[in-house]
Amino acid sequence: MAKKVVRVGSGSAWWGDRVEPARLNAERGALDYLCFETMAEATVSAAQVRARRDPTFPGYDTYLDDRMRAVLPGCRRNGTRIVSNQGWINPTGAAARIVELLRELGHRGVKVAAVEGSLITDRVLQLTDRILENGQPTATLAPSLISAEVYLGAEPIVEALKAGADIVVTGRVADPSIFMAPLMFEFGWDPLDHARLGLGNGLGHLLECGAQVTGGYFPDPGFKDVPEPWNLAFPIAEVSEDGTAVITKVAGTGGAVTLQTVKEQMLYEVHDPANYLTPDVVVDFTTARLEQLGPDRVKVWGISGKPRTPTLKVSIGCTEGFIGEDMFFYAGPGALRRAQLAKRVLEERFRIVGLQAEDLRIDFLGLNAIHGAATPADAPEPYEVAVRVAARTKTKEEAVKVGREVDGMAVSGIAHTGKRVPHQDRTREVIGVWSSLVPREKVPATVTYLES
Amino acid sequence: MKVKLQHVAHARSGDKGDTSNIAVFAYAPELYPLLVEQLTAERFKAFYGGAIRGEVLRYPVEALHAINFVCHGALGGGVSRSLCLDNYGKSLSAAVLGFELEVPDALAPKLVNLPARA
Repeated sequence: MAKKVVRVGSGSAWWGDRVEPARLNAERGALDYLCFETMAEATVSAAQVRARRDPTFPGYDTYLDDRMRAVLPGCRRNGTRIVSNQGWINPTGAAARIVELLRELGHRGVKVAAVEGSLITDRVLQLTDRILENGQPTATLAPSLISAEVYLGAEPIVEALKAGADIVVTGRVADPSIFMAPLMFEFGWDPLDHARLGLGNGLGHLLECGAQVTGGYFPDPGFKDVPEPWNLAFPIAEVSEDGTAVITKVAGTGGAVTLQTVKEQMLYEVHDPANYLTPDVVVDFTTARLEQLGPDRVKVWGISGKPRTPTLKVSIGCTEGFIGEDMFFYAGPGALRRAQLAKRVLEERFRIVGLQAEDLRIDFLGLNAIHGAATPADAPEPYEVAVRVAARTKTKEEAVKVGREVDGMAVSGIAHTGKRVPHQDRTREVIGVWSSLVPREKVPATVTYLES
Repeated sequence: MKVKLQHVAHARSGDKGDTSNIAVFAYAPELYPLLVEQLTAERFKAFYGGAIRGEVLRYPVEALHAINFVCHGALGGGVSRSLCLDNYGKSLSAAVLGFELEVPDALAPKLVNLPARA
């Protein structure tokens, strides 16, 4: 008998990701599981803010319909199950919407599970003690608290799969765990088997950023070239029961799966590579082994694990004021000297209008707006420069001053000033994100089931 | 010979809160010891000028011929608070490609895209 191989593919790496590669994986990936990651650090808080202001906002991925319409036909035809964190602050609502879409497409009797339990806004101040970033009591966040959510692990998803769910939709779950849950279920891995779970969440980490392992965020002409970087596929892992895996992608697509792309993704957003903390296990990447088996096929094995920690990470979103920003332009000989005088004018104007800012940046885009203080002193003078100004303030009224003073540069500014027509007030709200820890037994997840 | 890091290694940065991790990967196993010897945490931090306000921790990973630099205070207070246009710092990893290394001439064939010498 051939050894069992489970094929897990990626459907998205973030909320704004492309939809076409997900459809391609659903139709041509021969997948057992298609998994979606759609949340960033501030996604839950931003969704809470929007839900308060807009009662019609359902609280799940705004691209839920687009993504599901693209993949449901292929997934149903190929017997591919779906695991997705598109539930955001309303997993049950997302599950209900998926049921509607399934019926619309003529698929009856499909079981959809919703994993709830991540949101703990109402009790976070009782359940947590200290803010990890600054050691202060989490109670100090009470006046500005928007929302708090626990990073759940793979276990509630496994529970849903065991109960026969074809589609599992969650709120906040640690990104790698979304991709590992199918492996735990298929191979019957024990939640405390840290050796296997280490490999599983290590593979999950390779898949969670989608195209970042198949040639995205990678090409550098002359140094790291890949074919057709406009036509990237999302990755697929072929995982064997013994824990070895092959990272690959659908044939005929652009990009590449190489030792270089896999290595870069392995350390992406990792701190200590021997101790990558996840809710399920502590992953050790320092024992990883890689081998290029053929074109776009990299074998991965040897990633190891250590026992999970007794706590889960909590992410706490808070209102933290506003950012006002705008930019205007110079070009031609002397562009930089005019930009420098414009900077001086703005600094004086902000003094005159009494701008109260917690942080203020006036940069020259084209010279130092991206790398800031890391810009080499001998960087060449650019032909074109944008003066880009941004301030973080406590109130919206203060943030508005940034755009208003840039407006003044139109007729009261420097020679040869290029400017856009003002659009709105050029401010946005800041949601600060803090972290804390909660004992895992205090935050049980619940699973509910719907059927199309 | 003096060579910019871009010919010796490739790099990728990632974000978590106010911390950027910048991982540097040798193009060939033979080049990895050069990174370990010459790209110290102190030199790395100094090369980024004032852009990294906190501590830089350095994690060599022999199995990947890579070094991970964990840079605290590099993202303007955190992705959502940052006033930088590139608030995730995804372009930060490019800066270190300009770091100069001393490379033995014998390793020249291992370097990537080295311009022909005049």
